[in-house]
Amino acid sequence: MNSQAILLNSRSPETPPIELVWKLPSRGHVGMLSLIAAELAIFTIFVVAYLFYIGKSLTGPMPKDVLEVPIFATICLLSSSWTIHVAVKALQNGRLRAFGAWWFVTMSLGFIFLVETGREWHHLIVEKGLTISTNLFGTTYYSLVGLHAFHVIVGLIGIAIAMILTLLGKVKEEHSDRADVFSLYWHFVDVVWIVVFTVVYIIGR
Amino acid sequence: MAARSITLPAEVSQPIGTTLHDWFVTVDHKKLGILYILYALVFLLIGGIEATIVRVQLMVPNNHFVSPQVFNRMFTMHGTTMIFFVAMPILFGFANYLIPLMIGTRDMAFPRLNAWSFWLTAFGGLLLYFSFIGGNGLYGAGNAPDVGWFAYAPLTATTFSLGHSTDFWTLGLLVSGFGSIGTAINILVTILCLRCPGMTLGKMPLLAWMNLVTAVMVLLAISPLTAAQIMLSLDRFLGAHFFDTQAGGSAVLWMHFFWIFGHPEVYVLVLPAFAFASEIIPVFSRKPIFGYPVMVAATIAIGFVGFSVWAHHMFTVGMNSYANSFFTITTMVIGIPTGIKIFNWIGTMWGGKIAFKTPMLFCIAFLFQFLIAGLTGIMLSAAPFDWQLGNSYFVVAHFHYVIVGGILFTLFAAFYYWFPKMSGRMYNEALGKWHFWLFLIGFHLTFDFMHIPGLLGMPRRIYTYEAGRGWDIWNLICTIGVFFQIVATLVFIGNLLWSYFNGKAAGNDPWDAWTLEWSTSSPPTEYNFAQIPIVKSRRPLWDIKHPEDPDWKYE
Amino acid sequence: MPEILHKSDSRGPHRKAWWVSIMMAGCLLAVQPAFGNLQDPSQMPNMFRPASTHADSILHLSIFVLIITALIFVVVFSLLVYSIVKFRKRADDDGREPAPVYGSNQVELAWTVIPGLIVLVLFFATARVIHAIQGAGRPAGAIEVIAIGHQFWWEFRYPSLGVVTANELHVPSSDPSHPTPTFITLLSADTDHSFWIPRLAGKTDLIPNRVNHMWLDPNETGIFLGQCAQYCGTQHAKMLLRVYVDSPDQFKQWVQGQAKPAHVSDGVNEGRRIFETTACINCHAVSGTVAVGRFGPDLTHLMSRDTIASGAAPNNTENLRLWIQDPDAIKPGSLMPAMKLNERDLDAVTTYLETLR
Repeated sequence: MNSQAILLNSRSPETPPIELVWKLPSRGHVGMLSLIAAELAIFTIFVVAYLFYIGKSLTGPMPKDVLEVPIFATICLLSSSWTIHVAVKALQNGRLRAFGAWWFVTMSLGFIFLVETGREWHHLIVEKGLTISTNLFGTTYYSLVGLHAFHVIVGLIGIAIAMILTLLGKVKEEHSDRADVFSLYWHFVDVVWIVVFTVVYIIGR
Repeated sequence: MAARSITLPAEVSQPIGTTLHDWFVTVDHKKLGILYILYALVFLLIGGIEATIVRVQLMVPNNHFVSPQVFNRMFTMHGTTMIFFVAMPILFGFANYLIPLMIGTRDMAFPRLNAWSFWLTAFGGLLLYFSFIGGNGLYGAGNAPDVGWFAYAPLTATTFSLGHSTDFWTLGLLVSGFGSIGTAINILVTILCLRCPGMTLGKMPLLAWMNLVTAVMVLLAISPLTAAQIMLSLDRFLGAHFFDTQAGGSAVLWMHFFWIFGHPEVYVLVLPAFAFASEIIPVFSRKPIFGYPVMVAATIAIGFVGFSVWAHHMFTVGMNSYANSFFTITTMVIGIPTGIKIFNWIGTMWGGKIAFKTPMLFCIAFLFQFLIAGLTGIMLSAAPFDWQLGNSYFVVAHFHYVIVGGILFTLFAAFYYWFPKMSGRMYNEALGKWHFWLFLIGFHLTFDFMHIPGLLGMPRRIYTYEAGRGWDIWNLICTIGVFFQIVATLVFIGNLLWSYFNGKAAGNDPWDAWTLEWSTSSPPTEYNFAQIPIVKSRRPLWDIKHPEDPDWKYE
Repeated sequence: MPEILHKSDSRGPHRKAWWVSIMMAGCLLAVQPAFGNLQDPSQMPNMFRPASTHADSILHLSIFVLIITALIFVVVFSLLVYSIVKFRKRADDDGREPAPVYGSNQVELAWTVIPGLIVLVLFFATARVIHAIQGAGRPAGAIEVIAIGHQFWWEFRYPSLGVVTANELHVPSSDPSHPTPTFITLLSADTDHSFWIPRLAGKTDLIPNRVNHMWLDPNETGIFLGQCAQYCGTQHAKMLLRVYVDSPDQFKQWVQGQAKPAHVSDGVNEGRRIFETTACINCHAVSGTVAVGRFGPDLTHLMSRDTIASGAAPNNTENLRLWIQDPDAIKPGSLMPAMKLNERDLDAVTTYLETLR
């Protein structure tokens, strides 16, 4: 929050000047929330396409034939939301080592999620013969899950950069605001996963 | 003060290379705003040439001025260029320049994001135009996209669009789309987080309000286009089937996604135009805007309802009667807040003392023309009427009435109004009036009469037409109007150039206006304000100029 | 619901439509000398001269909408003109600022409520017509046609009558007391198209992988012109459409002629041989022969049509020959390849095709 105390001349000479506190929201938070809004709109379109095309494939493997519910990967990703929250809290309270540790755990959980996604895709492509061009299910599945995975990768790159800066001792308590803004992005990635998971592995199967 | 003495010493002594470098690496919102505007003006001329080619070909039936292949590329590039590389950049340019000045701050919230967004948009345009030489990959000969600016599937599938022309359309717009989202984030954050003390949301200029709503719309509307373009590229490059009707894909799905972008997009274009009118009309009527809170409410209403009308572009695709009725009523309903605005502008002029300077002339013409545009929109909103008028020249006439008669006219007004602030010089008023009258005549010749062939059954996007259907004379008149517009535009550009070097010194506040940008020097210093201002009303400069009768007593 | 089909208010708005179209015809006739031959005005695709219930109900609604928007225009236009005249700055202005008026709740309410009421009225009038047209019933005497859009021609099939033709659609006129409308199923073989004959109906799109429907019940005989109204590629402009509304007897005759297999003539064996042994049969069909291609128009009764290339040229020897020799000369970008026949073969094939009556 950026706030300043201002002295305003009053409306009449008899009364003293008014002290006004001028407080506006923080740029980083509003900016990140705006970005998230735009990204949610993109994901919505991919989700709509996915839902619209359920059951419409003309050929090829159907979801229930090939999809296995990625419970482990989901638990990892969703817990990483909690761990990043803990990390940011630690940084806000100046506990730099705790921050570094929890940040590292977050990164690992995110990385595990990606590895699991990669393994799932390998299984689908090589063993089940499902690619993006196989049928409508393949098209919508890979594009939606892939778009999400892409956002995870971008997030992980950001986390990794922050990790390196932390190890170099450059991250201090005054950066907690930025870490908080970044964590908004990571939470968004997790929320999107909840939607994607529901649509692909529950509704679509 | 003599005209030439206002050049700042620092600029005179710099070598040209340093100046160019400054402009390339700048993160200053004023310079970026001007870069956006200049970029858009270049594409305005190019898009205008494309339109001229189209109109010359259609001047008479069975004409052979260009081949059908070239014609189809011309109308596709004309539409795409004008929307994405003229209208959006120029409106973002003005927003960039004016918003920090009008809300009393030193720059946009994220200056580097600002620069990145501009260059991304610029690159997108170059990518699109590279198609003229690089578009037909398989054969080596260049080819611009020819699928229409809304690129309906499956015409855009690799089966029907060979080579890479469609890919240049997709990727050029995808890239500039990211630039637009960046600018929208910047505008939104700047307005919400950087207003000067005392400037509550209820006290900021209407230009800020309208750009705020525009920014939200951009975030939510450009993204569907981005998504659809990613899907189209997946189809074309990786064999996906999003819009592949042979594999069970849906052509109508593309239409839904495109128009969920496409309709809010027109409000993205028109709200900043309304913003200009809302700043200029009060100053030249010498009265505050009539009904500020209602104008804000109407703007927000347009923002919301604008997302519920998209399928009025799809009345003919065979949706059921309930869907057609729904989109009919939402489209009619959005006419209400829009109409309210027209009434409020009239209310502003009512009881005022109207000075007919060039900016005001363009705003008055805007009011007449936007009224007509809105009414033809109501005609199109009645689905059965649209079953005749849709995809005909009536629609082409309608949307050009909005975009040229509405948006471009207010843009011209904005140019004349803020040119003194941006350059420090006054433009030539006589040339301004010549521009106005020539353009007015040309606009009406072309676009009034264009409604008629539409009513008489002439579809759009045809490179030629049969003689004797009753369309011939109207097409000829439409083409004649183009030449008036060309001359008028040249007068305009000439005026800007001449005045930049030879115009009278403008001073800080040539119009005796009331918003904060007029308290800075002309042009403003790089830091905008020596001291961040504190405001108490919607017209801070009125309060300063009229301390015995300040606005904050009555608002 | 058959009564919807013979609801024809022949008074009132219909007269207005005549008035409007007479005015337009007058304008057009006035400029005719400068612009060559005007076709028969009844053939102009003019929505203000409807010839079917579908087009008629659209016109009534359209006139209603036009009147309301015209009234709104007059009111607001007058206010605008009045304000710029009355409140202009005079030459002898004293330089004082006018009284600032910040707004008025009553006025705002008024100009919100009144447009709201207008919208309601317009909407109900519109919704009625939407439902009438889209919910129309299908009486027993209806003719069924399947229209398939191609780049850049129209395929018409009458499944129950055993007829396949192209580009020129024949339908019977429909007597309101005993309706025989034509119900058309709209499909597409490639990209989006749109079927538009303004005097007979509003347009409906032909979209691949989607089935659309429309109907016509023309109440006068004649030829009605239109064209594809959804950009479909290079030759969208010349994907023209002709609807021939025949009297019931004429229609029966036409069907009988079309349902027969191809006419076999003497003296064209050479041409027929060339046709059947070159690539022609990959795309075209001639019933009763080995030619069963469906990519291009069915040629069984080619000579029963007035035009070729989907209306792009009149059907005569010279055009037919030119079309086979070099389609791009008539319709550049059409999907028929130049057959590169030598002069002799070209003449033979043309002569053969001219026997397909």
